[in-house]
Order: sequence, then structure tokens, then C-alpha cells
Amino acid sequence: MMLEIHDIHKKFGDLEVLRGLDISVDKGDVVAVLGPSGSGKTTLLRCINFLETADSGRLIFDGEEFQLGHISKKDVARLRKKTAFVFQSYNLFLNKTALQNVTTGLTVGRKMEKNQANEIGKRMLDKVGLSDRYDYYPYQLSGGQQQRVAIARALATDPEIIFFDEPTSALDPELIGEVLSVMRDLANEGMTMLVVTHEMSFAQDVSKKVIFMEGGRIVEQGESKEFFAHPRMERTREFLKL
Amino acid sequence: MDERVIQILVEAFPRLMSAAFKTMVPLTILGFSLAMVISLVVALVQVAHLPVFKQLARFYIWIFRGTPLLVQLFVVFYGLPRVGILIDAFPAAVLVFALNEGAYAAETMRAAIESVSEGQIEAGYCVGLNYVQIMWHIVLPQAMRTAFPSLSNALISMVKDTSLASVITVQEIMMTAQRINATYYEPLLLYMEAGFVYLIFSTVLTWLQSVGEKYLNKYRGGNRT
Repeated sequence: MMLEIHDIHKKFGDLEVLRGLDISVDKGDVVAVLGPSGSGKTTLLRCINFLETADSGRLIFDGEEFQLGHISKKDVARLRKKTAFVFQSYNLFLNKTALQNVTTGLTVGRKMEKNQANEIGKRMLDKVGLSDRYDYYPYQLSGGQQQRVAIARALATDPEIIFFDEPTSALDPELIGEVLSVMRDLANEGMTMLVVTHEMSFAQDVSKKVIFMEGGRIVEQGESKEFFAHPRMERTREFLKL
Repeated sequence: MDERVIQILVEAFPRLMSAAFKTMVPLTILGFSLAMVISLVVALVQVAHLPVFKQLARFYIWIFRGTPLLVQLFVVFYGLPRVGILIDAFPAAVLVFALNEGAYAAETMRAAIESVSEGQIEAGYCVGLNYVQIMWHIVLPQAMRTAFPSLSNALISMVKDTSLASVITVQEIMMTAQRINATYYEPLLLYMEAGFVYLIFSTVLTWLQSVGEKYLNKYRGGNRT
């Protein structure tokens, strides 16, 4: 296993958002996390990447074990260099062009030569279909284009896994397709992805595994085909009917 | 207006302009540059929640925002010699202007830094930047754009406030006008002329502000969506 989470717990005040769940992601897996609003999906993802600090739980990444509740800043920084995150609201750096957005993690975070970083940056933007938008600022791009830049930015640092937090939820319906198609390409190339999503069709067509969450727990998880064809739990069937 | 008065005004103008370039301009440039450095440091220690430093920052702002500039000038120039600290008039003025404006600008900068959305910072961490790199490459450039109009205002204010330095014997525009007036006694026209000299400089700065805003708007396109 490339990534394992064991018994993760997280409370916001009195509200228990994560109540001890276990997940595992294999190299090359595309895992979709489904669930109604407030089920803790986003919090789970944010805790795995330390944007929130979990109260307790274990993270095993490439065979190395960490305590989610108390992990050193150094370990967090080291782990983050192996992962990437795509946000619901894109969060492109507003003061940087598309290309600079993609290369900043390389030139600043990893001290790469500018020329080399630009080469990689352009390749990544080409890959998400934005070869004519290198010098555009975020405000000059549509939501779908911004999210594709964000995906290019995530790819640039050559991560072992990319976390997607509802990557299409902020998009107009007609722009969702272009982002999903980029994600589908990545899945086909064997990129490891953990995707919190509301897009059933994406979960069904692209993901290999599905995790269905509610109330901070996993209700059901399994191989994608099996999950959609023969959901075992009553609650899952009810959810899938929606 | 008779010929004598015109003669006085024409002769006074180069003297007032020379006072502007010899005193007001360097005083403003030095005072404001120092104020920017001070305010950036004072804002950052607050945003980063550095203990002790943060309290010191609040104390500094409390003192220098809470007392008049004129009083501060008097304390430093006339008061401090009593405890053995003698500072010449010009450096004393630079120091007071820097500390006074630094306190105001620190609040402007802090607010501007805090206005940058949390998502920008999170994205910075996620691409592998550390806190200092995020501040320098992501947050501060955006905060500067937000703070720029307020800071431009402050700069124009400082140009005019340098007239107060005359009370601690700095020979700036105002004192020069007073001296010429002592000879010719044309207070209305001479002080209006002094005002006109300030107006020239604030007009240039206002124009520079709009040029600067246009440049900084390059990533915002004027209107945000």
C-alpha cells in the first residue's frame, strides 16, 4: 500500500467530524470518496494533507508511519513534497500567471532552475489543454481553465498521489466536463488519486475503488463496479438513488 | 497686484523650491522608506503571532498613534537632550516621521496581509513552500496591491506634515516662507505660494499613484470577478 490511514479522529469543538475510519490507497489507484454534505469527506482529505490537524490516527506513507495527531513540521513539509492538492475553489496564486502558478512549487519550493521549471510548466499546461494560456492571470481564465491550471500545478511537482477536494463543485455545469476529462486522462496514465466528489459518473467510470461516508464513518467501500452494481448497505442504495 | 508684490513672489519661488528639494524631499524619502521597513516588520510579527514581539508591536503602535506628531517632535528634539540624547534637527525629524508613520502603516499592512485569502496560503503549503516563501512570493505581493492606495495617501500626508518640522528648526518650505515674510510682510500671498509648492509635489505623487495602481492592477484587471 502506498497510503494507509488508520483510526482517524477529528472534532471541531463538540462536533465529531471523523469517527475513526480506515482507508488505504494503492499505487495507481483512483479512489473516489462519496457522501452527503457534512459527512466529513473534505475534512478527511484536509487531515491527510495536514491542512487540518487530526486529533488522532496513524498515517502510513510509503511504508513510513506517522502519528496524525502530533507530527513534526519537518515531516509535514517532507510529506507534502510527495503529494499535491487540488482545491474546490482552485486557489490559484492570484498574483501569478498560469505558468508561474505551475512553476512556483519548483523554482521556490524546490530551488529548480527557472528554465527547467518553465519547460516542465509548459509541458504540464499543454497536457491540460492550456498551451495558449501560459501568460494569463487567473482572473482572465474561466473556472474550468483555472481548475485545469490547478491540476497542472499539482502535476508539476511529480507527486506520488494527488488529492482532489470536490474539484468540479464550484464550476458551471458546462465547464465540469473539461476538468473531468483531464482527470480521466490522468487516471488512464496511472496517476494515484484520492478524489472527494459529487460526480457519480466520474466515480463510476474512472475510479477503481469507492468509499461511501456518512457521519464521519465509512458506510461502505469496495471495488467501483461492485459498489455501484450491488451496494450492500441499505443507506448506500438510498444514496445512489438520488 | 503691483509690481513689487510680483517681484517678491517671483524671487521667493526658487527659494521655496530649493527648500523643498534640500529638506522636504529628502525628509519625506528617508522618513517614508524607514516607515515602510518598520511597518512591514511590525505587521509581520503580528501576523505571525510571535509572542513578546507581538506585544511590543502593539505597544509601539499604541504610543505613536495615540500621541500627536507635534508632541513627538518636541519630545525627541527638545526633550531627549535632558537625558543626554542629542539628535540634530534633521535626523530627529526623520526619526519621528518614520516612527509615527510606521505605526499607522503597520496597521494598513496588517489589514492588507490578513485580507489575502487563507486558500492562497494553503495552496502555497501544498505546492511545497514554507511560511516565509509563502509570505514573500504569494501573500505580500497581493497585500501590497491592497495597501497601495492607503500607503500613497500616507506618503502625500507626510509631504505636507514635513511643514511641522519647522518647529524643531528644520529649514523646510514653511520656515523659508516665514523668513521671506519677515522681510517683506506679504503673509497672504507668500503662505499661499508655500501652499502651492506643496501642491506641486502632492499633484505629482497623486499622478504617480495612479500609474502605480495601473501597474499593480495587471493581475486583477481592474475589476474582480
